[in-house]
Amino acid sequence: MRQRKIIPGVDPKLLIKDAAKVMPDPMRRNFLRGAASFGALAFLTGCNIIDGDTAETVLRKVSSFNDGAQALLFSQTKLAPTFSEANITRPFPFNAYYDEDEAPEVNGDTYKLEIAGLADNKKPWTLAELHALPEVSQITRHVCVEGWSAIGSWQGARLSDFLKRIGADTRAKYIWFKCAEGYTNTIDMPTALHPQTQMTFKYDHKLLPRAYGFPMKIRMPTKLGFKNPKYVVAMEITNTDHGGYWENQGYNWFSGL
Amino acid sequence: MTAETISLNSAERTIHPVWVRVCHWINAVAILVMIGSGWQIYDASPLFPFTFPSQFALGNWLAGSLLWHFAAMWALAINGIVYVMLGLVTGRFRSKLLPIYPAQVFADAKAALTYKLSHDDLSHYNAVQKVLYVGIILTGIVIVLSGLSIWKPVQFQELTALFGGYDTARYVHFFAMSAIVAFLVVHVSLALIVPKSLRAMVTGR
Repeated sequence: MRQRKIIPGVDPKLLIKDAAKVMPDPMRRNFLRGAASFGALAFLTGCNIIDGDTAETVLRKVSSFNDGAQALLFSQTKLAPTFSEANITRPFPFNAYYDEDEAPEVNGDTYKLEIAGLADNKKPWTLAELHALPEVSQITRHVCVEGWSAIGSWQGARLSDFLKRIGADTRAKYIWFKCAEGYTNTIDMPTALHPQTQMTFKYDHKLLPRAYGFPMKIRMPTKLGFKNPKYVVAMEITNTDHGGYWENQGYNWFSGL
Repeated sequence: MTAETISLNSAERTIHPVWVRVCHWINAVAILVMIGSGWQIYDASPLFPFTFPSQFALGNWLAGSLLWHFAAMWALAINGIVYVMLGLVTGRFRSKLLPIYPAQVFADAKAALTYKLSHDDLSHYNAVQKVLYVGIILTGIVIVLSGLSIWKPVQFQELTALFGGYDTARYVHFFAMSAIVAFLVVHVSLALIVPKSLRAMVTGR
């Protein structure tokens, strides 16, 4: 089981705000409950199977099973549908667990992307070096776990090319990303190697603005929006699942599209 | 009476074979979980200017409702596939639900609304029942397929395209849910008005 971890570097103010926004009930026990359907279900089954902790344990197990099912469904050669310039959603929404004016401000001049874990060359990368990587572009649909979607245009370097360049062990299971505000995210290696998985430095052919994750976002059109980290400052190639900000709170880990 | 004729008689008296009853109740639990959790998921990004009151929703917040939804989907889909396969293979669908004549549907609908419809023989469906049951089976297929196309708009992008794209598929999924809820209101009300139909779905007779 993945444990809920304290995330170093998270602004406690943001965390409290976040908790107030997404968890209407401070009691974790009530996290899965819903009075009416719950009552109907208890009536139908004749027993109280929705005791908070038991249900949560079972449901998290099913969620892990769903991770496996989605990994099987995932195809490294199946490309996400692409769109034309005319289809781009304008303005593309800002989305995070904090307001736009609280988004991290990363200094591009001093920024360095840290590399850790199973790679031959762990030299940190400056933004200028990253920008010099061969550029790829995509106009794809960003799908939020909430259900809404928006079409955006992203440019940057193919993550699989970068992994090759730094001599990463692509037989490793995961890549873990750490972001400037403390947000974290772990993805599976097959998704990391998908041709549309991109280290994004530009939005709509202009330098990635702060709202969309300056200096670097990882764009994966094959995963839900929250699996696409922004303000990425470090990545680790690893065989250990370090979980992630939302995943640790109960959102599905794989979250593939 | 010989043992053979007794078993024959009891087989004849069985209105719903055991597979129908098992599938029915698994489906009942699964669909309630899917609707309850689906309402909570809807509330995270409503399609229309209303939300479902949280006391009618399952999961308490988005992550919880998604856990419920993506767990109950297996029960709903697998049970649904078993039910449809058996319905086709045993010939039950053909013998119970077909043929449907529009004139008969109107006549039975009129009879039902004037309380003149007979419920004496539960093993025989009137034309309105036939239409509703065929309709709900088709709606079930649509809700599962539209759900798949929202869940996997990349891996199943051809299916998503069939529903008019990701955003349209969400509306299809919502309207299919609405149709199922409307069906449930009628279905449950009538089962309560004619309690022996409820008994038949439990004991088989």
